[in-house]
Amino acid sequence: MAIAKVYGIETEYGIQVVGNADGNPTTASSVLINSYVSQLAGRVGWDFEDESPGRDARGYVREGSMPPEVETHLVNTVLTNGARYYVDHAHPEYSSPECATPLELVRQDKAGELVLARSMAAARRVLPPGEEIVVYKNNSDGKGNSYGCHENYLMDRTVPFARLARQVTVHLVTRQIYTGSGKVGCEASPSPTPAFEITQRADFFEEEIGLETTLKRPIVNTRDEPHADATKYRRLHVITGDANLAEVATFLKVGVTALVLLLIEDDVLSARELVLANPVQAMRAVSHDVALTRPLELVSGESITALELQWELYDAARKYAEERGLAELGPEPAGRQLLERWEAVLSGLESDPASLRHQLDWVAKLELIDAYCARHNCGLDDHRVAALDLQYHDVRPARSLFQRLDMERLVTPAEVEAAVTSPPRDTRAYFRGECLKRFGASIVAANWDSIVFDLGDDPLRRVPMMEPLRGSAAHVDTLLDGCSSPAELLRRLGA
Amino acid sequence: MAERELKKRTAPQKDAPEVEEEAPATSERGERLKAEIDDLLDEIDEVLEDNAEEFVRNYVQKGGQ
Repeated sequence: MAIAKVYGIETEYGIQVVGNADGNPTTASSVLINSYVSQLAGRVGWDFEDESPGRDARGYVREGSMPPEVETHLVNTVLTNGARYYVDHAHPEYSSPECATPLELVRQDKAGELVLARSMAAARRVLPPGEEIVVYKNNSDGKGNSYGCHENYLMDRTVPFARLARQVTVHLVTRQIYTGSGKVGCEASPSPTPAFEITQRADFFEEEIGLETTLKRPIVNTRDEPHADATKYRRLHVITGDANLAEVATFLKVGVTALVLLLIEDDVLSARELVLANPVQAMRAVSHDVALTRPLELVSGESITALELQWELYDAARKYAEERGLAELGPEPAGRQLLERWEAVLSGLESDPASLRHQLDWVAKLELIDAYCARHNCGLDDHRVAALDLQYHDVRPARSLFQRLDMERLVTPAEVEAAVTSPPRDTRAYFRGECLKRFGASIVAANWDSIVFDLGDDPLRRVPMMEPLRGSAAHVDTLLDGCSSPAELLRRLGA
Repeated sequence: MAERELKKRTAPQKDAPEVEEEAPATSERGERLKAEIDDLLDEIDEVLEDNAEEFVRNYVQKGGQ
């Protein structure tokens, strides 16, 4: 049965040391994050107690698969907004706190960009003159190396995983038409005459389903690590998406995916199940189809475009919403706004994709590149085009090309600024963030589902948070305001 | 599929007023759009990394997730 959606998004940023040819990306990532957190008042490490990324949702581990390793020795911190900021696979990674609406997720994702921008400024102050650490919010270096932007969705555990995997695949493949960040040059089969493709990530998917995230990447990732009560919940870990700078793209990426998951939880999609005949091929075909006209083959024998498949999902979702509302996506107008924007963007893609140049990353980038090539009379193989492609994602305000494009905002700068230090109010991230703000000196570690306090004499005390929607401001504000010390908080919690 | 075809027909209607506008207004808007793009491209030319080839070549990442 459909349950309230809780979301998070993790972004691995590309990192470059300018002015030092020997710059090591892992060291640079540590310097970057340390520079940021050392200027903050307190600092709390991550608690690895409940990490088990090798657990497979299908109940087994396929022979030859490589469960990801947990790197416990690298910089790893929790911020007062409830986010995790750490070094992962030679990249700085920012994991947003848990959010209960798509718009809140957009706000927290943009706050992450601000944290990275401030980290770069902080790092400049400690690095030798002429050296600078620069980060990019993208997913590929254009040379065959990719790094991820993963989404997480809380789901009802009773939904059979096989059906979930089968039914979500068509959405993950076809949503690329609005989630793509655009890229020049295919990395799966490079060509001397590069073409523009819709997404950064599609080239890197080789399997339909699996546990891996760093090689032979699967469209449906089976990591089974709920970070919540495992008897009730599943956390669907989606690894196919591009990191977006456009707020509308992020909003649709997480919002529509959450809505499709509601349809799957309530088993609405089985009536007309849309199953792609070749999902991996389709993933790439959609990404390379800038005209949005290429038909995809379904196992039923039908041929249908990605855009038409999105319209099918939209029609099912609208009917579902009319019958029973979309309370699981947050208080209205959250669900209505999502449906309206989804429809408007699909209509725009259908009639005139260029009309979405202020809403979607790939359209904005394509328009910019086309205009640039027209002015300079050059082709897509020009180095300046590759530079433009990369610099679109530069997170430094003075260098970012994205920030010059007058893209539509869904959240105000003031709202984003607040999210740099304050947690979302409607999930357990609130309790985590507020405890860190108020009692940071007595907290030795925290993670998604617990906080560990050190009160001095006693053994360390762990406060579990197995319910992602408990610990919100409505639940704990009175409690927190009534506690003058962490000892009192623990006493009243009975921990 | 019926609903979808309906949408396909209705989608372009949103643009209908633009089509019906007088030609001078359209070309004025076209001019304004072109001026905006020109300004943007001027700005991009200024901010784009100087040595594009080296900049792109040096951007090599270790694979991640």
